Formats: sequence, C-alpha cells, structure tokens
Amino acid sequence: MIDKTVSSLEEAVAGIFDGATVMIGGFGTAGQPAELIDALIAQGARDLTIVNNNAGNGEIGLAALLKARRVKKIICSFPRQADSQVFDALYRAGEIELELVPQGNLAARIQAAGAGLGAIFTPTGYGTLLAEGKETREIDGKHYVLEYPIKADFALIKALKGDRWGNLVYRKAARNFGPIMATAADVTIAQVSEIVPLGDLDPEVIVTPGIFVQRVVAIGNAVAQAA
Amino acid sequence: MNKLTRDQMAERVARDIPEGSYVNLGIGLPTKVANYLPKEREIFLHSENGLLGMGEAPEPGEEDPELINAGKEPVTLLEGGSFFHHGDSFAMMRGGHLDICVLGAFQVSATGDLANWHTGAPGAIPAVGGAMDLAVGAKQVFVMMDLLTKTGESKLVDACSYPLTGVGCVDRIYTDVAVIDVTPDGLVVRELVEGNSFDELQRIVPVPLKLAPLAAAA
Repeated sequence: MIDKTVSSLEEAVAGIFDGATVMIGGFGTAGQPAELIDALIAQGARDLTIVNNNAGNGEIGLAALLKARRVKKIICSFPRQADSQVFDALYRAGEIELELVPQGNLAARIQAAGAGLGAIFTPTGYGTLLAEGKETREIDGKHYVLEYPIKADFALIKALKGDRWGNLVYRKAARNFGPIMATAADVTIAQVSEIVPLGDLDPEVIVTPGIFVQRVVAIGNAVAQAA
Repeated sequence: MNKLTRDQMAERVARDIPEGSYVNLGIGLPTKVANYLPKEREIFLHSENGLLGMGEAPEPGEEDPELINAGKEPVTLLEGGSFFHHGDSFAMMRGGHLDICVLGAFQVSATGDLANWHTGAPGAIPAVGGAMDLAVGAKQVFVMMDLLTKTGESKLVDACSYPLTGVGCVDRIYTDVAVIDVTPDGLVVRELVEGNSFDELQRIVPVPLKLAPLAAAA
C-alpha cells in the first residue's frame, strides 16, 4: 500500500540537507507553510537557497528561517515590504544574496522546471536591468529574453486537504505557488489541514495530482476549520 | 494649474473601463479605481495572487488571511469568481488576456517606456513583483500618476532616468492635470482638467505635446 502521509513535522522535513534549494509556497503569509518552516528551523539545515515570492514577513515563518541565518540566497520577486525587516537588515549587511525575478518569470521558470523544459523565452523584463546580459530573441516582431528553469531539491507547500496518494486541494488565494512548486522539486512536502481517505477528494477538483507530491503531513489549522 | 485629488483621478480612470473588461489594478493609487467602478457594470478584477472576480474589502471581522489582494490586504470574491495558481495567473497577464491594467509610475517617457519599480538609489532594496509582466502583457496599459514629483519635476520625460519596467508599453497616462495618450505620433493630450490650458501644460512638460481631445464619452 502506498502511503505518503507522515505522522510528524520532524519526519516531513527529514533529509533536507545543507546547501539544498528549497521552494516555499505562499504569497506573503497566505499559503506559507509556517509549520513546515518551523520544523525546518528545528531540523537545522543551513546554507539554503530559498525560492519564494517574498522574503519573509514579520518575525515568523520564512522571516524566522532568515533570522536563524539558515539562508544564503533567496530567489524572489518582491522582498521589500512594510514588515520585511529581517530580510532588509541581512541584505543591507551583505549577509544574504538576492536574485530578483519578475513574478511571472519566477512562475514560468518554476513551471519550466516542472515540465522538463530546457529554457523559455519570455517577454517580461525585456529592455530592463533584470534582463541585462541575457540572451534575447525577436520572434514574430516581439522581443523575448531567454530564462532558465528554477528547480529545487525540496518544496514546502500548504494545501487544505490531502490523501495518502498525495492528491491535494487548496483553499482560496493560499493556492498561489503551491501547485507549480510541487511540480518542480525532487521532494515535495505538503502540509494540509486534513488528511482524508482515498476517494474522498473529487477527481474533478484535485488541483495537484499525487504524482507531484512525496510527503503529506496533517496540521490542525484554525483558518481551514473555519472554511 | 488645477489638480484632481487622488480620488478624482481614480474616478476619472474608472469612467474609461467598459463593462466586461478584465482588469488588473496595481498596488497603491490604482487600487482606488475599484471604489469608483459603477455597480451596474460587470467588470472582472484580476489579482496576481490568483483571483478573478475580486470584490470589495470585507466587513470588519470578516477578513480571511487566505483571501487577499496583491497588496496583501483582505478582499472578498464575487459570485462567479475563481481561484487559480500563479502559472495561470501570469498566463492571464503575459498572454494578453487582460484588457486593461492600471499602474502607478515614477516616470513615463515620450515613447511609452515605464519606470515604476526601482529608484536605483544606493541602499534601496529592489522589488519588482508583477509589474513587468503587466507592462508587457495587458492589452492596454494605463498609468495613473501626478504629473509632477514632490519637488516639481515632470514625471513625463524624454527618456526615463530610473530603471525601466517595460519598453514602449504605456498606452495612456492619467495625471492630476490632464489625460495624455502615447501614440506613434508622440504624446497627445486628450483632456485637460477644467481651467488648465494646453500652453500651460506644455510649459512644464519637457516633451513636445499635441492637443487632440477625444469626443466626450457617452
């Protein structure tokens, strides 16, 4: 019997190694797998490259991982926010590397990795600082920039419900990067509010098919319970 | 010159958004446009974080941390609205499916180059978000900005001095003193705020302008 569920957060993040590239779902705190991140902090892996849309909010979740000095590089689209003080201080002190990627290119590069593409030509960023030094091509009269896939060793994502095969459904705008990151990592680890019996998730509404998911861990979650 | 307030600017932009449009309103000033879209018009607001059919802010106490807009503020979803992942969301933007996006700007050039993401100042932490995708992807890119900086310089310039967001991407600029189109023939003033003269406007904008008012919208 195939059972991708694990019974503890500790087990969920086991094996994340020093120097790993880790995708973390979420847009701000919506969809951010805070419990998995806390478990990663406790687990101790360091020199991580993190892929996320932002660079942490407040002092929790991703910000706490940064504050614990576990991250050597972050790949994101929008680090600077009203409550990104942890990142701001590390960046200004030269203690974290930043690769700034336009948000749609971040998504497309993650999707390219998940889909097995060697590269993509994207119109976004053409003629800007963020395309400097990159190969460009004119296709049908429009300018494109060559961008390479972003793949990861691990992805930590948050979903609403999962089953033992790793099928996932999400909740509202917490979906954001979860489904695409799940496709682009060697090991995708999903925290869910509830693990349901196989067959309970309507096949017509499963967003992430289990093939993209290696571990599922259940977390009690007030937000999801209110749904 | 007579100047519109920020709310009047939002109201002015809202007038030009037809029923049935798929629209993305950028963070900051453009977000205000939503407050002035006539209730009788069905307009689909897109939010880059995976919403289509975004509604107003919820009543106090009804906020849901997993139902937010691109500015990470709580919102609601209209009946008929949908959620989707970031790949789909940016396909909507980059793939030319959005009719209109409204963006703020630091500068716009005479040829429609847009600078709105980074001042390039030493010590400034750059953040781009979805601005570059919207700039290249939406069928029409509207900019909404004060014509002058706080220190009185024109934000409409011959060439942007700030780092670009997109090249030749802006179609129309709604300022606090005039509405200006970017056309193959250069910048064309379509509308002046009541009491302002074209000559007065041309004196403060360091780029040649033409005057060609549009017929008043029905």
